[in-house]
Amino acid sequence: MWEHSFRDKSAERSLFRSRAITLAIIIFLMLCGLGWRMVYLQIDLHEKYRDLSENNRIQLKPIAPNRGLIYDRNGVLLAENVPSYSLTLVPERVKDMEQTISYLDKLIGVSERHKEQFDKRRKYRRRPFEPVVLRHKLSEEEIAKVMVNRTYLPGVDVEAQLVRHYPQGESFAHVLGYVARINQKEQNRLDQDPDKKRQYSATRFIGKLGIEKRYEADLHGQVGYQKVETNARGRILQVIEQTDPIPGDDITLHLDTRLQQLAEQQLKGRRGALVAIEIASGGILSLYSNPSYDPNLFVTGISHKDYSALRDNPDLPLFDRTRRGQYPPASPLKPVLGLGMIDAGTTNWDEEIDDQGWYQLPNDERIYRDWKRKGHGMVDMEDAIVESCDTYFYDVAVRTGVDTLSPFLSQFGFGRDMTLDVNNALRGLLPSREWKRRKNRSFWYAGDTVNLGIGQGFMLATPIQLATATAVLANRGKWVTPRLIYAHNDELDEIPHPDIEDIQLKDPKNWDKMFKAMSKVITGTHGTARRLLNNLQYPIAGKTGTAQVVGIKQDEEYDSEALKERLRDHALFIAFAPVKNPAIAVAVVVENGESAGKTAGPIAQAIINEYLGGAEG
Amino acid sequence: MAGTDFSRTMSEASTQHGFNRSRAWFARFHVDLILLLLLLLLTASGLLLLYSASGQEWGMVKRQAIHFAIGFVGLIIAAQIPPRIYQRLAPWGYTAGLIALVGVLVAGVGAKGAQRWLDLPGLPRFQPSELVKLALPLTVAWYMAKRPMPPKFFDLVKAMAIIAIPTVMILKQPDLGTSILVSTSGLLVLFFAGMSWRLIFSMIALVGASLPVMWLYVMRDYQKQRVLTLLDPESDPLGAGWNIIQSKTAIGSGGIEGKGFMQGTQSQLEFLPESHTDFIIAVLAEELGLIGVLALLTLYFLIIMRCLYLSVRCETLFGRLLSGSLAVTFFIYVFVNIGMVSGILPVVGVPLPLVSYGGTSVVSLLAAFGMLMSMSTHSKK
Repeated sequence: MWEHSFRDKSAERSLFRSRAITLAIIIFLMLCGLGWRMVYLQIDLHEKYRDLSENNRIQLKPIAPNRGLIYDRNGVLLAENVPSYSLTLVPERVKDMEQTISYLDKLIGVSERHKEQFDKRRKYRRRPFEPVVLRHKLSEEEIAKVMVNRTYLPGVDVEAQLVRHYPQGESFAHVLGYVARINQKEQNRLDQDPDKKRQYSATRFIGKLGIEKRYEADLHGQVGYQKVETNARGRILQVIEQTDPIPGDDITLHLDTRLQQLAEQQLKGRRGALVAIEIASGGILSLYSNPSYDPNLFVTGISHKDYSALRDNPDLPLFDRTRRGQYPPASPLKPVLGLGMIDAGTTNWDEEIDDQGWYQLPNDERIYRDWKRKGHGMVDMEDAIVESCDTYFYDVAVRTGVDTLSPFLSQFGFGRDMTLDVNNALRGLLPSREWKRRKNRSFWYAGDTVNLGIGQGFMLATPIQLATATAVLANRGKWVTPRLIYAHNDELDEIPHPDIEDIQLKDPKNWDKMFKAMSKVITGTHGTARRLLNNLQYPIAGKTGTAQVVGIKQDEEYDSEALKERLRDHALFIAFAPVKNPAIAVAVVVENGESAGKTAGPIAQAIINEYLGGAEG
Repeated sequence: MAGTDFSRTMSEASTQHGFNRSRAWFARFHVDLILLLLLLLLTASGLLLLYSASGQEWGMVKRQAIHFAIGFVGLIIAAQIPPRIYQRLAPWGYTAGLIALVGVLVAGVGAKGAQRWLDLPGLPRFQPSELVKLALPLTVAWYMAKRPMPPKFFDLVKAMAIIAIPTVMILKQPDLGTSILVSTSGLLVLFFAGMSWRLIFSMIALVGASLPVMWLYVMRDYQKQRVLTLLDPESDPLGAGWNIIQSKTAIGSGGIEGKGFMQGTQSQLEFLPESHTDFIIAVLAEELGLIGVLALLTLYFLIIMRCLYLSVRCETLFGRLLSGSLAVTFFIYVFVNIGMVSGILPVVGVPLPLVSYGGTSVVSLLAAFGMLMSMSTHSKK
């Protein structure tokens, strides 16, 4: 019994021992497996993981450059960068998002729209632990309220950043444009160019319109970098190395704030546009479209309410009439047409035509009326300009022909985009036989030439084109490309202007003869703008015009009383001064302004007086 | 015959050595000096590593030192208790464990959809599964020790049932990691008891075959996610894959010599998650490199080998079965933790024994070592 039990015990022991040894071997092998795994990670893959851990620790943080400032020709600030305080949240650190936002709402007010935008921003283009903006433009009081309650608001912070501000507000909205947040489409475009992508890696705003868009590359500047050590929560522990960003170029424009504000004042309550060009330099002194809007609304994101108010306004404040408004040039085209006719030899300064108040093509029933029912009587070229006789131009235009007139008008920039840097300007429309065949698939009729003779019919021009043509005319055919840019960082811009052939007349005396006729528009007893005499400080050469908004049927009387205000004719006026040695050219369009002599003319005169008076005084 | 020779020669060898007296002194307190020294070395290293891993937080190191102190007191007390008491208490401990597990399922508290804690008035909050970790191998050893060796098939089936009941209950919490560890500690007893190799291999085959069934019906979504993350951590680098990517980065960037104590950027700059608990070995690997890791693995290997040696020396079958199971279970903790941190096993919440921060596991592990010492140092009667 004992013997048996002893044998059992010893068998048990040896069985256990063999099992223990088996397991000891297995354990040894498994530990070797772990050791081998560590060798693999720490020796074979060491370099890979060393780099990964460096990338974790060291981050290259881009620093956005300060955007260049924009000045007018006298050094008046047009666009600056002002610090703005934004409320930001780091979602990873906010314990209860809903509760935090409702607390902030009680504290400083958070609208549904803010929440909506916040949710959108959270989902888009974001690294972990990157702060997300909930509200822009905090007031001092709001900042204080948030800071005092910071202990209850983990993950909430107030961040300062520079935001574009336009101190002149509405006066320069259309010409300057504005910057606003980079949208998805723009981001995609930037991402396509590796250099652009790098340059904009910290930038939040981009020029959307006008000068801000045209000179985006100059205004933006060069991105800077900060090599920082951060912890896993993105907190910067130390700056290892820093490359400062290079701010964008400061830009000076030819624009003159006095003239721009005067234009705004003069066009108040009207829909219209004004363009003034300095003839010697081609510098655009004023480029104003009324009504305008406050560009500051757009910078940090315009509210839906504000935007729909602008969009639905029947006066179209967002529409830049100077660049995009295409009007029939009407009578202001007559001086250019007249020069073309004389240069073509189809008429001369002495030829007289008997105007009975209408014109009729041979073998055609249609009657083309003069604006003056009873006609002007016997008129020559000068009279036709001074009194704006339509019949004279109907007749001579038909004799000269579209094939001569159209190329001549083109030399003055009609139908072309001739400015150096006015962004996204329309070309208007310069009709020709070829154009009509291509566009309408029909022939050019003599009647089309009749209409072209008074700048109506198919012809369209923008206020910029009218002002450009006036400047070229005043410069006796010598082209200086109109431009906004004056200087980059205090260095004058010597941009070689595009090689545009100057206009050579067969007899250069015709320039001054036309100037004389145009000055009689103001000084002559029958001048259509003789009202300007009352306030004549400088000798002005000008030309009035009215562009029809609605076609008037045959035999129908034009009765402005019966027409609604918006159907009244547009008033146009072009002018330059002083007559002998022109310095400034102006084009004014007043929509539904009817009589150019009463509406557009005085506005142009005010600008000329201010410019010349300011220059001398 | 060979077995008795082995133990006799060992005891003779020890008496011939110079530290005879001190050995005798410790023997009176039923403490194995070598194992105790190895454990002290491990816990001291653990405290040092914790100081770095916690971001030089003295408070945490102090609390952990208190855990160790309580644990070593527990170890000494556990070593004094003679094996027969454990043998007698085993079924009661098991029953108490089952009741506590039922309590967890009915009224447990916890987080992230799992109920693991029991909050009884007058008692500190504890995890009943920790109690079962000790009670189950005790009970299986108690049951098997009364049966003839090698065990008969029906005895094995009954033992399996003893293992299965708490395993399923822990699985229900749900806590897949712990249920696997608990059942393994029970199965190890059966292995040491001499379960035939044929049966062992057929069981392994059965487990292998049941894996797809587990995947489809037993495993929760978050558990599946962990496995998927193991296979491809890059698929979700900021979510579930973050932990494993960051721990591998910490280990790999340490290289052979490491970045220096308290110089690890992954751990000091908080890129490494759970750096003071489950992922603490990544801190070691980053700061002290492969050399530090191999030193730690060696220390663990020595502890496990000493425990296995002690278990072979036990005079009773119960003692041998229990201490063998405890020793190998300890190894499994080490293996699962390091395997998980180095990215060869899925992320399950298993701390690195005696190094990771945490009170419950430290105290129960040291108590287990005390039991193990008791088994080998008490004479049969």
